[in-house]
Amino acid sequence: MPFLELGRDLFYDYTLRTVAMGSAVLGVVSGALGAYAVLRKQSLLGDAISHAALPGIALAFLLTQSKAPLVLVFGAAIAGWIGTLLVISIVNQTRIKEDTALGLVLSVFFGTGLVLLTFIQKMPTAKQSGLDTFLFGQAAALMEHDVITMVTLGGISLFVMQLFWKEFKLLCFDSNFGASLGFPMRILDVLLITLLVAAIVIGLQTVGVVLMSAMIVAPAAAARQWTDRLGAMVALSATFGAIAGVCGAVISSSMARMPTGPTIVLCISAIVVASITIAPNRGLVWNWIRNQRERRKLQIEVVLNNLYALASQHADLRHSHSIAALGTMSANRSNVRNSLKELSSRGWVERVSSDEWALTPEGIVQAQQIADRGR
Amino acid sequence: MANYPGSLAIEVEDLTVAYRDEPVLWDVDLNVPTGVLMAIVGPNGAGKTTLIKVILGLVGSAAGRVSIYGQSYAAQRRLVGYVPQRGSVDWDFPTNVLDVVMMGRYGALGWIRRPKSKERKLALEALEKVGMEAFASRQISQLSGGQQQRVFLARALIQDAQIYLMDEPFQGVDATTERAIVSLLQALRAAGKTLVVVHHDLQTVEDYFDWVTLLNVRRIASGPVNEVFNEKNLRLTYGGRVAFLNRNGNAHDETQTAIKRPNSEEPNRQVRG
Repeated sequence: MPFLELGRDLFYDYTLRTVAMGSAVLGVVSGALGAYAVLRKQSLLGDAISHAALPGIALAFLLTQSKAPLVLVFGAAIAGWIGTLLVISIVNQTRIKEDTALGLVLSVFFGTGLVLLTFIQKMPTAKQSGLDTFLFGQAAALMEHDVITMVTLGGISLFVMQLFWKEFKLLCFDSNFGASLGFPMRILDVLLITLLVAAIVIGLQTVGVVLMSAMIVAPAAAARQWTDRLGAMVALSATFGAIAGVCGAVISSSMARMPTGPTIVLCISAIVVASITIAPNRGLVWNWIRNQRERRKLQIEVVLNNLYALASQHADLRHSHSIAALGTMSANRSNVRNSLKELSSRGWVERVSSDEWALTPEGIVQAQQIADRGR
Repeated sequence: MANYPGSLAIEVEDLTVAYRDEPVLWDVDLNVPTGVLMAIVGPNGAGKTTLIKVILGLVGSAAGRVSIYGQSYAAQRRLVGYVPQRGSVDWDFPTNVLDVVMMGRYGALGWIRRPKSKERKLALEALEKVGMEAFASRQISQLSGGQQQRVFLARALIQDAQIYLMDEPFQGVDATTERAIVSLLQALRAAGKTLVVVHHDLQTVEDYFDWVTLLNVRRIASGPVNEVFNEKNLRLTYGGRVAFLNRNGNAHDETQTAIKRPNSEEPNRQVRG
């Protein structure tokens, strides 16, 4: 396989190479398609789909007695898809709201899945089915043919996403307008959800049904922090997913008893935390700096304004006043001193004696401008 | 594209729409002649938005028929442009102004084909018409309400339609934008287009529009503004709760109002505020 050749130099270890490859593929596909789920405010749908997939996996095994990845993934996809359509029809046909419908479908399907799993494990012919790895995922068990299945399914999903790029953008941004143009929005909706189902079942074996929704939501949430373009967001989300997948696989394989799925999720969580904190424009640090700058500017204006108000009581606008007098007009006295220093460095006020300050001619002009602005 | 003078742009017959057991529109008949600038007015919950959505095929009807120049909407959709309510979309969506405007060409482009330089050029021209050419690469979350509305108008303009359906284009825009939109609408009418506009401000109906439909689940009246926009019809539409101001901004009084109807049934009664 040529794509495995590519990794040969990078990863000496065959198992690690396979695991890292599989995790990267799952990160790319779930990251890219998760971006749409997040933008459509369907983040929780991923959780419902992945949990709903569990009975599908168990039933596929019971019916075929096969553990071939394609068979199990097919069962997972059918069950996940049915779960999603059930959520949609509950919302449409009853007065139950979407969050309740999601919770219902998620728990009922997951419960059924657990019952079936227990049943399978007690069967005499169970031959250690290992289906319970689907709960929390077990990347170490990934084989080359698993990865081939993942790449094929993921490749098709990404190709379809790319093919209907314009239509999906319309669906996410303004579905009614799209319908007025004649595009069948309901079919596009089902198609996009089907792609999301595919993205989720690809990752189930590695990350597990419980944590898979993190791989849908987290890369997209992180990517949104960094860009204002849909294309860039999808690409970045896929990249974050891949980085988390590879890092998680490498870390968990280098330490004993470290589960891959949770490690991958911890990696993507670190990326999310970093993005929410330091991303320009949307990040918390950025906001904090902007707020500080604004507050500083306001404080300076207030002190200048107060000095101007005091001076207005006198014939000479350059009459000086004490810090104490200014302090009574301000909530925080230490700010007054700092603000006066800043103002004097701009040449708007000057120190007359050790404790007395007065406006400069330039300061008077500035104070009048501020007063006019506030009017 | 040819205009269709003299024919009906939109014809709605016996239209009934219900949500669960509640009728939203009841047996509505509506004729929109070609080349009019029509306001649809009525109280909240009167079915104004629903009427527009039914015409566009976005909402199904329990009974009735809608035709655009004598044919179904599906057959004529290239002739119709749509401006949805500004609040119906997420303005934090990661895209820019030019991209949103180009969506107006998606219908003409058809499946899979992406917008190219031709669509780009058309979008920039449309932005120029609404005075937003400087904002082409602006992220849409940075727009004011009035700017968002202009972007939606540009997107409809680029559809190059004969009929425009607009849902509250004046909602939450400043006075400058409102004037700009009005002159744009009037320019479109002068170019032979037909415009149907959901409108909320009764005071400006006479200034902005030449036709009006008064709607409250049922169609109360529809026709030229100077014939049907009167106190009696407004009272029927708003159930007597209307505080109606005339052109001069005074409380409505039949003796001094510009809107007078010779056979008005209650000539001396003040409208309650």
